[in-house]
Amino acid sequence: MFFIFAWRDVSVRYKQTVIGVLWAVLRPLLMMVVFTVIFGSVAGLPSDGATPYALMVFAGMLPWTLFSTALSDASNSLVSNANLISKVYFPRMIVPLATIVASLMDFLISFLILILMMMFYQYWSGWQILMLPVFVLLALLASLGPSLWIASLNVKYRDFRYIIPFIVQFGLYVSPVGFSSGVVPEEWRFLYSLNPMVGVIDGFRWCVLGGGSPIYWPGFWLSLVVVGFFLWLGIRTFRKTERTFADII
Amino acid sequence: MSDIAIKAENLGKKYVIGHYDDKERYVSLRDEIAKGVRAFSNKTIGLIRGKPIIMGNSVEEIWALKDLNFEIKQGDVVGIIGRNGAGKSTLLKILSRITEPSDGRVAIKGRVASLLEVGAGFHPELTGRENIYLNGSILGMNRGEIKKKFDAIVDFAGVEKFLDTPVKRYSSGMYVRLAFAVASHLEPEVLLIDEVLAVGDMDFQKKCLGKMNDVTCDGRTVLFVSHSLPMISSLCSSCILLDAGKIVTQGACADVVLHYQTGSVVNAARIDFRQKKRPIGDDFVVVNEAWLENSSGLSKTEFSVSESFLINVSFTVIKVLQRFPQPNLHIMDNAGNYVFVTSPNDWDMRAATRPGDYIARCELPAQLLNDGMFSVGIAINHFENGLTTACYERHALAFNVIDRIEENPLRQVSGWAGRVPGVVRPLLKWTVEDSL
Repeated sequence: MFFIFAWRDVSVRYKQTVIGVLWAVLRPLLMMVVFTVIFGSVAGLPSDGATPYALMVFAGMLPWTLFSTALSDASNSLVSNANLISKVYFPRMIVPLATIVASLMDFLISFLILILMMMFYQYWSGWQILMLPVFVLLALLASLGPSLWIASLNVKYRDFRYIIPFIVQFGLYVSPVGFSSGVVPEEWRFLYSLNPMVGVIDGFRWCVLGGGSPIYWPGFWLSLVVVGFFLWLGIRTFRKTERTFADII
Repeated sequence: MSDIAIKAENLGKKYVIGHYDDKERYVSLRDEIAKGVRAFSNKTIGLIRGKPIIMGNSVEEIWALKDLNFEIKQGDVVGIIGRNGAGKSTLLKILSRITEPSDGRVAIKGRVASLLEVGAGFHPELTGRENIYLNGSILGMNRGEIKKKFDAIVDFAGVEKFLDTPVKRYSSGMYVRLAFAVASHLEPEVLLIDEVLAVGDMDFQKKCLGKMNDVTCDGRTVLFVSHSLPMISSLCSSCILLDAGKIVTQGACADVVLHYQTGSVVNAARIDFRQKKRPIGDDFVVVNEAWLENSSGLSKTEFSVSESFLINVSFTVIKVLQRFPQPNLHIMDNAGNYVFVTSPNDWDMRAATRPGDYIARCELPAQLLNDGMFSVGIAINHFENGLTTACYERHALAFNVIDRIEENPLRQVSGWAGRVPGVVRPLLKWTVEDSL
């Protein structure tokens, strides 16, 4: 049932569009162009080592897009399936989980583009690429915690529906997507890692771009703790409130 | 105890609703702002305490269900009837675990599938084929099961041609047919169905009923909410009547249906319309009372097949009528079928009528109705502005016709103890002769 749900979310996503799944590619690609121009050329921020700026942005854009689609879709998933929840019984957790898995599809497609770009730039990573699944999982977990929390609050208070786009927009700029986290002053780096996506994106770049983008380890562990906290909070809130979903949705 | 499929103890469900006080009419901008601020602060306090948002400045608790106790045996088909808002759907929601009861507990043995709304799990963007899989899995079938039944489902719904069309382009009939087809191929131990069978055209309804009959014959426990009394009485072996969240009666289907149809009438043998809040009638004629009595003038609700009895209606003519008004009686059987309508035919309708009180009596002869439960609807027509129905009260009275074997010498001879089929049982003229 879980997979049928995920499959439903995937197949519904680009129904009745002309270019279909290409949207999954176009959105991060266009963002990358904008960010490369603004942060790379206009602001003149440095890249990590010898990495082409566009490549570095795209490698950050991928986990960020994964995180933000998963977060915003999963947070709204309960409310948009209100009819189902008030009429049929099934484990409620399936709904947000399936949405998150569905957003993984977009990610996989964009990832192909990343490989194409790396071929274009003739840039190859080393053994670190093997660690990539770990960071993908981490990105998913990072979105799962807040998603579950917000999804269950959203059932009661629709305010959160309006908060989510704001968080995503804001997060795009406070996370090291358009720039390398190397530009953050050293003394702020630890505090900066309170944003769980900092660790995820850094780790992702480290995998894809090889040693060119070193991980700031204390920050990474801090990000991990934050992810874990939100996961705990999300699951706890969800479990506590799921019984009342059908009554107040 | 092992054959109990569903057991409910002190089941209750509470909802909290809000009201605005009537006296507070916000006219000025200042009042509106004050109200807004107050509402905002209330909501914020609620948010901090984790309470849901309730509009209004006073809250009230509503018990949609209260103190429900019942047991349902394995393999029983139980109908749940009651007026709108009686708590039928809430009960099914609790039994299917969609919501939690606020009070009491339920124990259910076996896999439960519920069908509370047709096509609840459908996604409009997906095609018919995809939705069969989606909905099937939501209702608790696994992929293999759906694959095995796929053809049967499509065939049942009759949508072969549109399998690859998104269901948002389906006609509403096709949509519900497909949804019901999926749901009816479920094989749970306990099936909960809310008013969903009244869909599709006549042919499809017949198919549904047939399917439901199959389901009930398989020894599955079925709980079935419907407003269609014929469906209830043809499918269910027993019934529960709910009103305002409480069980009014439960037991054999016929008894409960009788109770439901006669509604608040305590005495099915006599109804006093003058006690109702509104007058039953119009400016010309109002009905006062109606009652049943046997041939010796006793008020009764039970009559033997072999006795005649009277249905009486008293009414008041308020203004002079150019023609005599026409009272008529509508006799319906337990299943909601019209048995007949009768009205006086030997009165001179051309005669003008003075204001005053009148009593109409209708004698139902012996050997007309078969045994079973019947209800009487009462109407009065007059002809002031063309043919006008001054009032029509359905199920005003109810009576039971019983077939006492000891009164029927023929049955004693033949030894036939079962029910004679049919709605009516007229004594007709027969001749049987030696053909030579």
